[in-house]
Order: sequence, then C-alpha cells, then structure tokens
Amino acid sequence: MIAYLTAGDPSPAATPGLVAALERGGADLIELGVPFSDPIADGPVIQLAGDRAIKAGTTLKRVLEMAAEIRKTSQIPLLLFTYLNPALRYGFERLAADAIVAGIDGCLLTDVSVEEAGDYVSVMRAAGLDTVFLAAPTSTEERLALVAKYSSGFVYLVSRTGITGEQTSLSSSAMPLVDRMRKHTALPLAMGFGISTPAHVAELKGKVDAVVVGSAVVRQIERDPAGTEAFMSSLTQPLKGEWHG
Amino acid sequence: MIATQPDAGGHFGPYGGRYVPEVLMSPLEELQRTYDEAKQDPEFHKELDHLLRTYAGRPTPLYYAKRLSEQLGGAKIYIKREDLLHTGAHKINNCLGQALLALRMGKKRIIAETGAGQHGVATATVCALFGLDCTVYMGEEDMRRQSPNVFRMRLLGAKVVPVTSGSRTLKDAISEAMRDWVTNIEGTHYLLGSALGAHPYPAMVRDFHRVIGLEAREQILEAEGRLPDTIIACVGGGSNAIGIFHPFIADEGVGLVGVEAGGRSMELGQHAVRFAGGLPGVLQGTRSYLLQDEDGQIALTHSVSAGLDYASVGPEHALLHDIGRAEYCSCDDTHAIEAAVTLSHTEGIIPALESAHAVAETIRRAPLHPGKIFIVNLSGRGDKDINIYRENLPELDRL
Repeated sequence: MIAYLTAGDPSPAATPGLVAALERGGADLIELGVPFSDPIADGPVIQLAGDRAIKAGTTLKRVLEMAAEIRKTSQIPLLLFTYLNPALRYGFERLAADAIVAGIDGCLLTDVSVEEAGDYVSVMRAAGLDTVFLAAPTSTEERLALVAKYSSGFVYLVSRTGITGEQTSLSSSAMPLVDRMRKHTALPLAMGFGISTPAHVAELKGKVDAVVVGSAVVRQIERDPAGTEAFMSSLTQPLKGEWHG
Repeated sequence: MIATQPDAGGHFGPYGGRYVPEVLMSPLEELQRTYDEAKQDPEFHKELDHLLRTYAGRPTPLYYAKRLSEQLGGAKIYIKREDLLHTGAHKINNCLGQALLALRMGKKRIIAETGAGQHGVATATVCALFGLDCTVYMGEEDMRRQSPNVFRMRLLGAKVVPVTSGSRTLKDAISEAMRDWVTNIEGTHYLLGSALGAHPYPAMVRDFHRVIGLEAREQILEAEGRLPDTIIACVGGGSNAIGIFHPFIADEGVGLVGVEAGGRSMELGQHAVRFAGGLPGVLQGTRSYLLQDEDGQIALTHSVSAGLDYASVGPEHALLHDIGRAEYCSCDDTHAIEAAVTLSHTEGIIPALESAHAVAETIRRAPLHPGKIFIVNLSGRGDKDINIYRENLPELDRL
C-alpha cells in the first residue's frame, strides 16, 4: 500500500506525524508530494492542498527537512513526488545529494516524459536514487518499453486517462495496462489515480504489486487529520484478508 | 544563419521539447502525425488558403502610417493590419489551421484557453464554422476585464468556463484546459492559441502564422523595393511575433524586436518581462524563460493587457533571444495606453492593448532612425479593450 500526501499540508510541522499515522495505518511506502504552483496533472483536491502547503511555507528544501525528520523514527520508503520545475531550480545534482542525505529513496516527476528524462535519470541513479515513471492506458508498446527502461524501484501505472482524484469505480482500462506492462518489466507495478475506497483496493488485490491512494488521503487530512490512521487502516483491510465489503 | 527549426523532439536549441504527463503523449503524437501528413498534402494547403482568403480576410494590408511617421520625424512606419482580420486579431490564422487538423483526426470537441479572449473568440468562431463543440477556459480575472469577448464567445455557441485557480489568468486557463484534455483525450482536440506548450504546438502554431511575415515581405518589397530594417511585435506567448519574424530570420539585415509587457514595475509579480526578469525553466509542456521564485514556483504576473499576462514565452523566442537574432524589450502599462491614444489620433486605428505595446516601442525608436523602414505588427484591434481604455482615460468621458 502506497500513500500519497502533500507535504506541508496543513503545515510543514504536521507532515512527519501524518506520515507516522499513515505507516501505523498500514502504508508501506510514502509519496511525499512537493507542492507546485501549476500542477497540470492534479485534480482540485491536490491542487488546493498544494496551495495550502505553499502558503504555509513549504519548499523542496523544507520537504527534504521533513524527510530527515521522518527518518529519525521510521525506515518507511520515501518517494519525492513533484513536477520538474522545482527540481530544475533546485538543481538535479544538489537535489540528488541532499535527497540521499535526507533519507529519500526515489523520485517521480510527473511532467518528465521518458524522452526528456536522460539527464535527470543519470544524475539520480548515480546518487543511488530510484526513478519512477508513469505508464498510461494510452501509452504505446514502444513507450511502455521506454518507461520500463528508465524506471527503477517500481513502475507507476495510471489507472485511467485523467487527473488525480477519487472516483466511484475503477476504469476498465486499468487491467489491460497491467498485462501490457508486465511484458516489459520485472519491476513491481503500482497502480494509482482514482483509487479511494477499500472496494477499489480489494479489486486490485493480487493483480498489481501495490496500490496508490492519493486524493482520498489528502482529503482525509483536510477534513480530519486525527482520523488519518484509521482511514489508512480501512483502506489496507482488504490486503490483510479481513475485509468482507 | 538559417531559419530556426526544431529537432524531431521539438527542441529549439535547449528550449521547447515535450514535458507532459504520460497520458498526454499519445494525443500529442497523434497531433504531430496528423500535422506532418497535412503539411505534405496540397489539398490541406489549398483548403486553408481558401478559408484564409474568403473567410478570414487575407491578405491583410501593409499600410504606410504617413501621419504617424511624419509626426515622429524618423523611420518610415508600416503597419501590418492583422487587426482587420475576421474576429479582430491574428489568432484566426492558427484556429482555422488547427480546426482542419481536428476534422482530419475526426475530433468533434474542441477545447481552448484564452487570455484576452481573442483566441477564445477565434476558436469559438471556427467551431461554429465547422459545427464543432467548443469549450473555452478563461481566468475569472480575465473574464472580468475582457467581458465583451466572453459574451462574443457565448453568442458564437461556445461554453466559457471560468478558471478560479492561481492568478485566474491565462496560465491557469492553460492548466485547466490541459486537465480537461488529459481527461477527455478521446474525441477532443486542444486548440492551443500561442506558440507555446509541448511539441508540436510551438512549431505548428508558428507555421500557421508565418503567413503574416510572408505577406509582409512581399508587400514591403512591392512598396519600397527592399526589406525593412526593423520588425516590431508584441510578445505574450509570442505567436504573432514569431509569425511575422520567422520568414525574415535568414535576412540578417532585418532587426527583429519583441516587446514584452512591463506592467506596473519591474518588481516580480508586477510585470511579464520573461527575458530580463526570468530564468529558463519548464511550464506547461515546454522549456523556456520563465518568471519564477527561488523555489521554482511560477510567479504571478501583471499586465494591463490580458494577452501578454503570462509567466513564460514561446521556446523559439527563447532561442532567438539567446543567439541574439531577436531583441526583446518591454513597455509598461502607461506607455502602451499612451501609444494607443497616439495611434488612434494620428491614423484612426484603435489597437488592441497587446499590440499597443509594439506601437509604443515603435514610437520610441522611430525618431532615432531616420531613413529606416519599420514594420509594426498590429496583431489585434482595440474594440475588446474599450472598457479598459475608458477606465484609464476618464477625461474622455467628461468632455
């Protein structure tokens, strides 16, 4: 189970505690979303969380400090999840070095296509960081092969065409993508975008190696941060075989 | 020195490219394939030329502004009258081209962003012309200041969706249009309105506007028997500028001047001067100069002209800037409005606020260059800006 949260929402100080709650609730990996002013791939829930986080003083540098704070008490894998421009401005070399020191395990830049990934991948890999790329139902076989080539750690499958956000049923495009991607890689496959209920998680159990819950977690934190652990537990129930929804 | 062309990945030197979420790669590849095929197809060009002549009103005149030139006492000023095109600006050139491509792809739904509303109106117009469903995203702030264009789009049958995120201007409208596209790639074409965004848009939009420069070249040769010394155009995303510049890039004697929006001041957030005030970065699919803070967050911008109020600039302009082939300067809100008044009084032409920035730079330079020939691209007419001119010229209401 992979949980995404927007780092710094509602405040930078709150993030390490929220990550601990997600871990207690059963998350096996955390995507630390670094807020960006113009998140073209995100729906309103994550957009607004990003606005709040930026207003609260969150920067890439600050997120690395949060990661270091989390590392003091937890070994949960941490993936930086953001857009290219904040990373470019920080500098790839400096980011790679500082991320390693902070205890970050990998990085996903939503708007870096495999065509534009060369420099970024070589700098991150040289530092020992994983680079995760997105595969979409609309990706051609050629592109899936490139995604496999440039990804390490795992491959992030986008369950449907669209932006991030919760939805009632999983897209019919999700399963064919899993089968297609399997042919190109032995890496673990995680599926995200639109996964928000225990029923979604149960549907994917055994079919992918991990599921990513993002907007639903961010919304939970927005509404009731104290309930984050319980919410995460409810989503991981189906994976423990105790769920009968 | 030859005209700049992007490489296969859409790079203009270190700029351009295709920086989008994976989901958008397939519609971009489809668009590129369709455009590459259309470019080779004489029927496509025949149909587009026919529409440009019979529907849009091409060729537009190259007009010698005698009174303005004489009053300034320097360069001879010619005005390329894109403001006389149907819908009131150059934007229709690109909209007709992309609408034909949408038809080729069998896409029946068009989405677009708009800043000043000129691209939105041109998009709504071509959608009406071809019977396509049309949705235009427009920042709430821009809807307020360009309300006549909002009504025009609705009258043409388009749906105008207010964008309330970020600065509520052009940048946010583009993000919202991209989100729509990501969600509805099947059957939807994103009719991007400037020489911006992911490959193939910057080169494709430029190609559809090259007609401006090609005509101007022929017209100035006929009028003066030689090429101009300087071409001046305003630069928001930069589509009208690249359209008139491009056919002259190989002519080293022709100076190319792009005018950005100086807004209220040079403080970050108060202007849209990307070259002097920004640094290379990636926004909305392309790498170019970008107004941003030290954390890589995109800065807010301001210009009295909604069409120039954007944090980035087309990637080909970034290359032309770096290699020194074009020069980029800025004009603030006040000088743009003054220039609009001058042009109105001397030539009987009310320019769009965007184009008024280019006119202002022309007025500033002309006295310094006697004997030279200038062409200023008057990219749009001022009807849509009447309310803003009125707010800024209250004395005219008291007469």
